[in-house]
Amino acid sequence: MKTDTRIDKRFAKLRQEGRKALVTFVTAGDPDYDTSLKIISGLPGAGADVIEIGMPFSDPMADGPPIQASGLRALKAGQNMIKTLQLVRDVRKSDADTPIVLMGYYNPIYVYGNERFLDDAVAAGVDGLIVVDVPPEADDELCVPAIARGLNFIRLATPTTDDKRLPAVLKNTSGFVYYVSITGITGAGSAKATDVGRQVARIKKSTDLPVAIGFGVKTPEQAKELASHGDAVVVGSALVTKIAESLDKDGKPTAMTASGVLQLVQSLSGALKS
Amino acid sequence: MATTADVKLNSYRTGPDDKGFFGMFGGRFVAETLMPLILELERAYDDAKADPTFQAEIDHLNLHYAGRPSPLYFAERMTNELGGAKIYFKRDELNHTGSHKINNCLGQILLARRMGKTRIIAETGAGQHGVAVATVCAKYGLPCEIYMGALDVERQAPNVARMKLLNAKLNPVTAGAGTLKDAMNEALRDWVTNVTDTYYLIGTAAGPHPYPAMVRDFQSIIGKETREQMIAAEGRIPDTLVACIGGGSNAIGLFHPFLDDKNTAIYGVEAGGHGLDVENGHAASMNGGSPGVLHGNRTYLLQDSDGQILEGHSISAGLDYPGVGPEHAWLKDTGRVTYVSITDKEALEALQFCTRMEGIIPALEPSHALAHVMKLAPTLPKDNLLVMNLCGRGDKDLFTVAKALGMKI
Repeated sequence: MKTDTRIDKRFAKLRQEGRKALVTFVTAGDPDYDTSLKIISGLPGAGADVIEIGMPFSDPMADGPPIQASGLRALKAGQNMIKTLQLVRDVRKSDADTPIVLMGYYNPIYVYGNERFLDDAVAAGVDGLIVVDVPPEADDELCVPAIARGLNFIRLATPTTDDKRLPAVLKNTSGFVYYVSITGITGAGSAKATDVGRQVARIKKSTDLPVAIGFGVKTPEQAKELASHGDAVVVGSALVTKIAESLDKDGKPTAMTASGVLQLVQSLSGALKS
Repeated sequence: MATTADVKLNSYRTGPDDKGFFGMFGGRFVAETLMPLILELERAYDDAKADPTFQAEIDHLNLHYAGRPSPLYFAERMTNELGGAKIYFKRDELNHTGSHKINNCLGQILLARRMGKTRIIAETGAGQHGVAVATVCAKYGLPCEIYMGALDVERQAPNVARMKLLNAKLNPVTAGAGTLKDAMNEALRDWVTNVTDTYYLIGTAAGPHPYPAMVRDFQSIIGKETREQMIAAEGRIPDTLVACIGGGSNAIGLFHPFLDDKNTAIYGVEAGGHGLDVENGHAASMNGGSPGVLHGNRTYLLQDSDGQILEGHSISAGLDYPGVGPEHAWLKDTGRVTYVSITDKEALEALQFCTRMEGIIPALEPSHALAHVMKLAPTLPKDNLLVMNLCGRGDKDLFTVAKALGMKI
């Protein structure tokens, strides 16, 4: 599906420059609102091309321990949907161009109210949504109304998405396709690069959209290797693990919390440019 | 999205629709990795349903392995004591493994074998489903892994020992609060990782389509037998049905064959814990929750105003799930079934009453249904035929009950 959002513009620019995109994921409000705002506001400067912000949920059934823990830290610090949308507004004060994608699970959106959520997300400056547990079979509920408001609805394609199913997955997808490189949860083992290459080539036969590769990307070397098969890599668990490692014994942020994450983003970005 | 009010009902027994919805409830809300798997499962189940040899095999196992049909027992002393409706127990606690859970496990293990799956995973709360899964896996020589909240592992020691004896690998789950919902999250994470060889044997009539309908179908043997047995005993069908609701599999199994018998009043009993007015102190998702999406389906959930799921509480480990099967959610909204709640204290009293009056120690789960029968029966005429599903035996709860009553074991 053709759209013209910040995400589309960003990928078009990167393509012109012959660069791969670095997509970064952190959870809104992890480890607290202010530190999270500092981290996310610093991401574009550190080399993130697209920002994914996780909407914390108590029961993230597709996520591994690092992102589960990240979400629980945020919830414990008082994060909720209202504050997540506020966070986007605050980030937009210092950055008008970097695409922002909200990622998470359906229930917090459903309880906030689908229409109200979409209106508020657009007003806050959100460009796209990834909602893990709303498959194409339920497009009418959230995806179609999101598209009507000019948001990209980004879908995950996985190794189990066979050729028969792929057209249904791609039908209302825009912005980019998120290829989940393993069958498994986030932050688990890494995929074999050969498999990824074959799978991404298969997806590219069916769409002109950029393909971002994620799940299990931990090091700058891996990022560079995986990016070579697609248009972007997504790094999430490694970043929230960096946050976890920087906290003091009471779980409070330290001087290293924001800077540690941003340094890792810099080295990932550097690897993609090398 | 069709809301319940839009639906013109000729029958309450035709759901779900082809997308797995009962009105607005149910559906398939899972990650893309799992979508092809649940679509495959749906095709396999449709295929099995159309195959008479599949049902014949279930019938054979029900008779020779599970010990069905379970008796329909007239609880005479309790009836006389309460002085109202004529109370019958559907004795599903007499099944092999001690509860109704075996009905579903036999059906699903046969389906897993048809599908060529070689590894079984399951979640369990009180351990009754885990024991039933481990049992059918032992019978068919299939490796199985059971996810059980670490807190439940602690409070359900007898069932933990049974599962281990049955050679199941038990994975205590420490994520979240370490109870049933966390075990279900972990089982889903296992399934998303092991997609080719693994069959996820869900224990209640919840989860993504086709699980709610499939589990209901396998449990409907309870209601079908009840109908025949009551006609044989009294010459007509029951006037009143009562069953406890956690996820709601025993209840939907009893209710479903009677949903279109409009003169049969139906009551589902949720776990009221410390009381519905105690925040996060109960597990009554329909009476004290709101609609949301969790574990693959839309249903009533215990949750906060931000859509974060609460843990809930019940003295019964089998009832403290923060959701409920989507067909119950729909039956509540249509008004066909009346859902009430019973507190921990009332359930404990009912357990003792039943034990003294009938010489049957019920599990804490059906003790909730019994407690409602104790309120309801005296208000009904003496010719009212009431059936309560005694879906599990109390052996597993002896430690919990003894502790609550201050007895030493």
